[in-house]
Amino acid sequence: MTIFVGGFVFQFDGFQKKAAETMKHAHGTTTLAFIFKEGVIVAADSRASMGGYISSQSVKKIIEINPYMLGTMAGGAADCQFWHRNLGIKCRLHELANKRRISVTGASKLLANILYSYRGMGLSIGTMIAGWDETGPGLYYVDSEGGRLKGKRFSVGSGSPYAYGVLDDGYRFDMSVEEAAELARRAIYHATFRDGASGGVASVYYVGPDGWKKLSGDDVGELHYKYYPAVVEQEMAEVTIA
Amino acid sequence: MSIFEYNGSAIVAMVGKNCFAIASDRRLGVQLQTVATDFQRIYKIHDKLYIGLAGLATDAQTLHQRLVFRHNLYQLREERNMKPETFASLVSAVLYEKRFGPYFCQPVIAGLGEKDEPFICTMDSIGANENANVIGIELAKDFVVGGTASESLYGACESMYKPNMEPDELFETISQALLASVDRDCLSGWGGHVIVVTPTEVTERKLKGRMD
Repeated sequence: MTIFVGGFVFQFDGFQKKAAETMKHAHGTTTLAFIFKEGVIVAADSRASMGGYISSQSVKKIIEINPYMLGTMAGGAADCQFWHRNLGIKCRLHELANKRRISVTGASKLLANILYSYRGMGLSIGTMIAGWDETGPGLYYVDSEGGRLKGKRFSVGSGSPYAYGVLDDGYRFDMSVEEAAELARRAIYHATFRDGASGGVASVYYVGPDGWKKLSGDDVGELHYKYYPAVVEQEMAEVTIA
Repeated sequence: MSIFEYNGSAIVAMVGKNCFAIASDRRLGVQLQTVATDFQRIYKIHDKLYIGLAGLATDAQTLHQRLVFRHNLYQLREERNMKPETFASLVSAVLYEKRFGPYFCQPVIAGLGEKDEPFICTMDSIGANENANVIGIELAKDFVVGGTASESLYGACESMYKPNMEPDELFETISQALLASVDRDCLSGWGGHVIVVTPTEVTERKLKGRMD
């Protein structure tokens, strides 16, 4: 495997390749974020899987960069955690140097530029940077391929097609915070139901003018029976044969 | 990904005191996508004989049809039901017929014999038998497992199983083992299906489980 970086030739040996493969952890995920009238909602599941095995049901996939900015985690767990912390440091340094908080645009560009400089070296990150700055709510999608997109509504991870289905159907710009949180929770729940690699707890965060706040963390095992309480088919039934 | 893991499954059978239980999950998926949550993986051969087919769902259904066909022929000729041991041999033979293009299934067979002694066994996709409970031979393992959650099931059963359980306790044990195991597997779960068979009655229950 040969990787070209800035004129130099990188050669992965067998061990490096193996190491890069085993690092690809926490691949299955559902995360989403959207901008609405009151600010930004960010939500995610909490499952980490390695192949078919569920290695954790309690992963924090929403990373608190600073009191006004959140990042989401999809792809390699270690890559996401490390580069989000790295971004947090850079944002704080910017704050000290310029006596004001960094914009979401600036922060996401900082991350995207770092990721682009590592392009082709095996980093695996799909993230959304959401926050509130001087211009109001901000939301960007950034990935390890070097992509950076500004938008009103994103979902990332293996469960994202299912989450988009619910989100696109239920989204309105003029929702209340409660309505928006419920939509996000429902989108995550439906993704965990259909996607084998998503599950655990549906966490919902809200970012407003006063910074982020965690609104809820519901076990989707219980959410199912809240959303579908009287499905007779799944009730405990006793049938005696012969 | 292996073709055995295409649809996802979890099957377990346990022996109790003059009874047995067989349980499975209810998911049918296409890799990580969950398509159905009311899928049947345990099939009835006769009142005291059941077979669970883990692995590729299309092959499980076809194999089941062939086994029913062969059992019907046996009933017409012999005018009686098959003994579990005989049926296990039949399954093994049917599987080996397709030695070089196998059914991608792992069968789990559970039944009560002529004197109502419980019998459970499993085999691989080409019919190599792994008998877990032979009368007169005391074996440590009196449970068999199969499917994508089989590793978790081994762990759960190894720690929860006790010999000579009564039907009620057996139901509780097999259910808890199944639900605990599928919670560590992406490809199985979404509810459970448990059948407990005693010499006088058959009890079938659907389990509520985590739907993620």
